[in-house]
Order: sequence, then C-alpha cells, then structure tokens
Amino acid sequence: MIQVEQLTKRYAGFTAIKDLSFEVRKGEIVGFLGPNGAGKSTTMRILTGYMPPTSGRVSIAGFDIFEQSVEARRHIGYLPESTPLYHDMRVNEYLRYRAALKGVESANIRERVGDVLEMCSLQEKERALIATLSKGQRQRVGLADALVHDPDLLILDEPTIGLDPNQIRQVRELIKNLAHRRTVLISTHILPEVEMMCSRVIVIHKGRIRAADTAENLLRNHRAAGAISLELLNPPDSVREALTKLSGVKDVTEEPTENGKRFHLRTDADAHPAEDILRMAWEKHWALVELNRRKPTMEDVFVDLTQGE
Amino acid sequence: MRVFLTLLGREVKSSFYSPIAYVVIFFFLIASGFNFYSGVALLNQSPSEVTVVEAAFNTVLFWFPFVLIFPLITMRTYADEFRMGTIETLTTAPVQDWQVVLSKFLGAYIFYTILWSPSFLYFTAFTEITGKQAALAAGAFGGSYLFLLLVGAFYIALGCLASALTSEQINAAVMTFVAIFGSFVAGLLGFILNSQSQAVRDIIAYFSAVEHMADFSRGLIDSRPIIWYVSMTALVLFMNLQVFQYRKWKA
Ligand SMILES: Nc1ncnc2c1ncn2[C@@H]1O[C@H](COP(=O)(O)OP(=O)(O)O)[C@@H](O)[C@H]1O
Ligand SMILES: [Mg+2]
Repeated sequence: MIQVEQLTKRYAGFTAIKDLSFEVRKGEIVGFLGPNGAGKSTTMRILTGYMPPTSGRVSIAGFDIFEQSVEARRHIGYLPESTPLYHDMRVNEYLRYRAALKGVESANIRERVGDVLEMCSLQEKERALIATLSKGQRQRVGLADALVHDPDLLILDEPTIGLDPNQIRQVRELIKNLAHRRTVLISTHILPEVEMMCSRVIVIHKGRIRAADTAENLLRNHRAAGAISLELLNPPDSVREALTKLSGVKDVTEEPTENGKRFHLRTDADAHPAEDILRMAWEKHWALVELNRRKPTMEDVFVDLTQGE
Repeated sequence: MRVFLTLLGREVKSSFYSPIAYVVIFFFLIASGFNFYSGVALLNQSPSEVTVVEAAFNTVLFWFPFVLIFPLITMRTYADEFRMGTIETLTTAPVQDWQVVLSKFLGAYIFYTILWSPSFLYFTAFTEITGKQAALAAGAFGGSYLFLLLVGAFYIALGCLASALTSEQINAAVMTFVAIFGSFVAGLLGFILNSQSQAVRDIIAYFSAVEHMADFSRGLIDSRPIIWYVSMTALVLFMNLQVFQYRKWKA
C-alpha cells in the first residue's frame, strides 16, 4: 500500500529525514513512533504529497506520489498534526465540501457525511460552527474528514494529542473500528496505544529508522527486556552476588530502604527467575517483604531506541 | 471541473463569511454613492463636456476607495490558509495546485464584481428620473464597466499574489496596497513629465490605469489596454502559482 524508498528531506541545510525506506502492506495498522523532531510529520507530509522529498521515491497504492499525485491522493485519508479546519464553516457544511472535493458522487454525499458523523459521534454537533467546538470534537471532525471519501489508506499524524484520557479512548476505539479493511499509518506518543492497536511499529529517531517490527518482537528482543525488584529486611552482604548468579539475570543494582535494601534486577525477556528467588529466600532465610516483576513495556523499548546520539 | 467548482463555491462563500466583507460592502456603497452624487452635482453646476459616467468614474473620489478595496478583498485568500494550516488539508485532497490558485482568484473576483453591481442601479435610477440616458452613449457606460473588470482582474491577481507571500493578512494588505498604489502613481507620471518626449509618455500611457479609465469612460475602447490587463493578470497568476507551490513545499 505504501512503499518508501530512500527518502531524504533537507530543510535549508538541516536534514530532517535521511534514507528512510519502509513498506506498509495492505491491511496493516502501523505505528510510527519517535520523539519530537524525529521527522514523523515530515515523512507523513511527503507521503501525502504535501511536499516533495529532496530525494527518494514514494508510491501509494501503486501510484507515484509525485508523478501521479492526484490518483495517489484519492486513496489517502489524511489527518495532519494540528487538525487544521475552517473555523468559519459548520460541521456538516465542511464535511460536504470535503466530500465533493475528494470526488464523492453528489448523490452519495449526504449519505457519506451522515455515516462519518455517526462513526465519529458528531451527530449532535452537525450544525455547529467549527470555531465553537472543543479540541476533542475538532479532532473528530478531522477524522471524519479523513474518512469521508472512504479511502483505503489512513495517515493520521498524532490523532490523540491534546485530548483527555476519555477522548483518547474514544478515538482509539474509533480507529480500531475503522481499521478493518483499511491500511493505517498512525504516529503517536501514547505508547500503550501502540501495543493495543498496531500490528507493526516503525521507530524513527533523528530522521533514521531505528527499528521496524511487531510490538511483540520489539519487546522480546529488547535488551533490557524484563525487570524484577525485591526488598529484603536486613539482608546479608552476599545477596547481591547470589542474585547475579541466577540464570537469566543480566545485572543487579541495589538501593537502601528504611529497614533494608531494595534490589533491581534486569533480566532476559524470556527468563523467569522469580521462582528461583523465592526458593533462595526460603533456603537462606532472607526476610523477603516485597517481590515485583515488571514486564518490559513499549516505553522501555522506545527510550532505549531513541536516546543518545 | 467539479473539483474546481467546489473550490470556487467555498471561496465565494467564505468571502461573505468574513466580517470584513460587510465593512467593505458598506463603505464601498457609501463611497461609490457619494461619488456618483458628486459627479451629478458637478454637472448640475455648469455645463460640462464630461458625461455623468466619466464624472463618476475618473475622479480622485473614485480612485481612492477603489484602490483601497483590493487589499481588503484579497488579503485573506492565502494568508489565512497558511496561518491556520488548512493549506495542508486543501492541497493533500486530490486537487491540482492551479485549480486552487484559479479558484482563489476567481472567488475574489466574483466578490469584486458583486461589489460593483449596485452601482448599476445608480445609472439606471438616473436614467429613470431624468429621462436622459445616463451615459449619453452606451459605449461610455460599457467602456467604464469593461475597464473595471479588466483593471479589477489585474489588481485582484496582485492581491492574491501578495497574500500567497505571507501568513499575515495585514502584511498581505500592505503589500497589495503598495503594489497597486505604486503602479497607479507610475501611471500618473505621464501628467508630471509633460515635458518629456512623446515616446516616454506613450509608454506610460500604455500601463496607466488613469489614462485607460479616461479613454474607456468616454467610450474609447482600445485593444492595447485590454491585452495589457489580460496578459498582466495571467502573468501575475502564473507567479502566484509558483509562489504558492514554493511556500507549501517549504512549510
Ligand atoms: N519547515 C521547516 N523548516 C525547517 N525545519 C523544519 C521544518 N519543519 C520541520 N523541521 C525540522 O525537522 C525536524 C523534524 O520535524 P517533524 O517532522 O515535525 O518531527 P516530528 O513530527 O517527528 O515531531 C525537526 O527538527 C524540525 O525542527
Ligand atoms: Mg510531528
């Protein structure tokens, strides 16, 4: 559906993205992750034909985004980062205008607009002036616009930014419902969201791809994959060494607590040393007051991939 | 074609959404009404060689509000799209850039045309009441309005170009005003440089709006000014397209 080859974009001397190549297949929901300034919006603006790359090629549904731009754009529903809208228009008026602009047959416009209003729970706001809508409602108008011509590819640039947790949940549910039979490329900061929605994740940092895989694989291969923490009352000095020797444990750090010490263990992804720790505590009469296992999260992966140079 | 008409429809509608539009219409009606009135009053005082059409159109009182309306009509065309970011949704829809440029130009042009339509009534009323032909000659009447359409196209195109250059309406308005006023003053040089050679005055006459108006409002319709305004409009629109694409790509 999307094919990107060696995309590079330079702004007046500054290279925003460099040699980006990736592919999004039909039906995938791909999360596009990266810290602020990583080049996500720049990439999306090139994919949607808003601006040309300095070099490289993009094809959308088999059409080159610059050679056959209009044909390519017909396949795309795009929600830009700041959800720009005409504030002087009413919601249904805006959606009808956008539908006509994107080639929906006149006879079908009323029905299509009704459909997307319903999908985005905007029926009550149908007649409202866009200027009077809340941020979350505007976001949904933007989504309704992206959907109104029933595109087979959705490109959404941070659709949940600036929303409250309830609204984020609504938008996430909405996107999930939309996704079947559509291809989605979505950039976001909300990492749990990515695990829940995306079949694949592309992480970029400083304009380069750092990883492209399923969330599952990223978590499994993440080097600081798991973590365990335990607290002991008055532990003997040998504890740290004993813990380090357990299989699957990568390293151990300790910090003092009120009556004892807390130990943090980093483990391999598929290691389960908790049982061994319990047995050892039993045998060596350690006063174990707390044992926590923390699974690696996308956040760990994200931080690991995008910090440094 | 359908896409173009959709774009055009939005442009025309949005020119009426802005409160500025009503301010413009209001003051323009007053100014042009007063203008017409004083033209008639002038003719009332003494016999004169000018027709009421000429008296109404080629005076300082006409030109001043006339030059002012263009910045007001065109300032928001692009500036607002860039400032609000809607340029991104607009140009990522399956539309072509030239369709956007042409629709913005035509949208403003249609508003401009609508602005002039009430003034038709003045001449119609004049004819009714006095029982005299307002223009005394259909040529003067038609010529004046033809001139308004021609010079309007050029100035509206200039205003759109200025608007495409900036994200701030006020900057667009100032640029438009300076450009139009500049070309206007250059056209007046013909009067100032009376002593200069005929060739210089001919060149100036070629682009001087005031001199064109003088001819057209007497019914002297020459093809050279027509070609001048049509080709200048086309040239400015072409530049407009280039600027528009450049800004969008740089955005
Ligand atoms: N129009 C521009 N001119 C110059 N630099 C820009 C422009 N747009 C973005 N950048 C820079 O390019 C980098 C990537 O920006 P962007 O694609 O918006 O990142 P993201 O969406 O991942 O936060 C940033 O460092 C940003 O400052
Ligand atoms: Mg961004």
